[in-house]
Amino acid sequence: MMKPEKMKLTGYRRPNGGYGIRNHVIILPVDDISNAAAQGVASLIKGTMALPHAYGRLQFGQDLELTFRTLAGTGRNPNIAAAIVIGIEPKWTDRIVKEIAKTGKPVAGFSIERHGDLRTIEKASRKAMEFVQYATELQREPFPVKKLLMSTKCGESDTTTGLASCPTVGRVFERLSAAGATMIFGETSELTGGEDIVQSRCVNEKVLGEFNRMFKDYTNLISGQGVDLLGSQPTEGNIRGGLTTIEEKAMGNIQKIGRCKVQSALDPAVEPDGPGLHFMDSSSAAAEMVTLCGAAGSVVHYFPTGQGNVIGNPIVPVIKLSGNPLTLETMSEHIDVDVTGILRLEMTLDQAADAAMKTLESTINGRLTAAEALRHDEFVLTKLYRSA
Amino acid sequence: MKHGILMHESGDDVGVAVGDLKKGSKVGAVTLEGEAVGAVKLLHDVPLGHKVAMRALDKGQKVIKYGRPVGHAVAPIAKGAHVHTHNVKTSRWSV
Repeated sequence: MMKPEKMKLTGYRRPNGGYGIRNHVIILPVDDISNAAAQGVASLIKGTMALPHAYGRLQFGQDLELTFRTLAGTGRNPNIAAAIVIGIEPKWTDRIVKEIAKTGKPVAGFSIERHGDLRTIEKASRKAMEFVQYATELQREPFPVKKLLMSTKCGESDTTTGLASCPTVGRVFERLSAAGATMIFGETSELTGGEDIVQSRCVNEKVLGEFNRMFKDYTNLISGQGVDLLGSQPTEGNIRGGLTTIEEKAMGNIQKIGRCKVQSALDPAVEPDGPGLHFMDSSSAAAEMVTLCGAAGSVVHYFPTGQGNVIGNPIVPVIKLSGNPLTLETMSEHIDVDVTGILRLEMTLDQAADAAMKTLESTINGRLTAAEALRHDEFVLTKLYRSA
Repeated sequence: MKHGILMHESGDDVGVAVGDLKKGSKVGAVTLEGEAVGAVKLLHDVPLGHKVAMRALDKGQKVIKYGRPVGHAVAPIAKGAHVHTHNVKTSRWSV
């Protein structure tokens, strides 16, 4: 059995003490209309990456707060060496710059009004060039597993995820939890039918109360629509793969947390404040959930899949695990860890966990995941309700 | 691979096909720990990942997988039948 403490991990130490496993310089638009300028900078300066998205205008209340938290959290993520923030006007731009600056990493904001795209792109590009040269001078250094913050969420699940790939993650998380690492899981609505298991793992009454409130809010949202969710949750892909009900899907999903305790129940895109496993209130849509995990500081993600969800993320390497032999046969380029041996009883859960940890170790040390190599850069903000 | 059906718990009502299974064939079931749970004769073709009834279930009866209810039968289900959305529905989120 592979021990987490024996993994040789290297990363980029950030000024606030966190460790990144990638070293990106991002060009972050505050709003949809600043995507063009952000992409302009990224096309001029080698080693930068724009993160275009669809929102940021006329949002309000909790929905606006979540967008701010997600954008700022993305810039704060330890996989980011430095960030350029571009918005249409200076005030909201500055709000995000200030949140990122708290980490001590280099960050600069630019706004387009009274300058235009072209002058903004020029000024931002000069700063981006400086940031790239700063970032490319940084060296990897060893870091202990206690400094690792990672996340999990499964997708296009089927009955094999509950049998093989999700329990594999659960076994690794049990080991990481004992070693003092920090992990995030979520997918609130997709716990329906197994929520009592999560409830029984909450470390105290306060965490239990917060989890119950989040679960009830999400369930009310769904039942309030008065529609049959068959086809959406479980998805048509889940059904094709043999999953029949939300309860069956939830039981597969929950295998990912193994026998871990739940240390806290976090609002979306909130960074955990201590070691162990944390629940984060979140959608089960893959790109939304992984984007929220990145904003909460996760530097690497385990993604069990049955039917073959191809998702990736621009800043968080996504490691795919699958136990479905048809998926391995037809779309193996998307799968990083093959656990089909579990179905044939040729691989024990501990052996599968060892394989998943070896891939985790090499990914942390710089090896590109399938999703990274295939340019799966899905960056998707969670929208809570319509804009004003 | 001698088994065709994998089960979470030996007492579950349903098992999962680990390959495409043919109607009329007799298929052995095991748990993840390798414990043999007998064999069933299939009443339908059952594709990889889909479920097989390990025992007969009445209409309205809870369907047990992972040792827990994961829905209920909306039609009588015979031993060896294909179990899916046509004969089992969620017991949550009812409209």
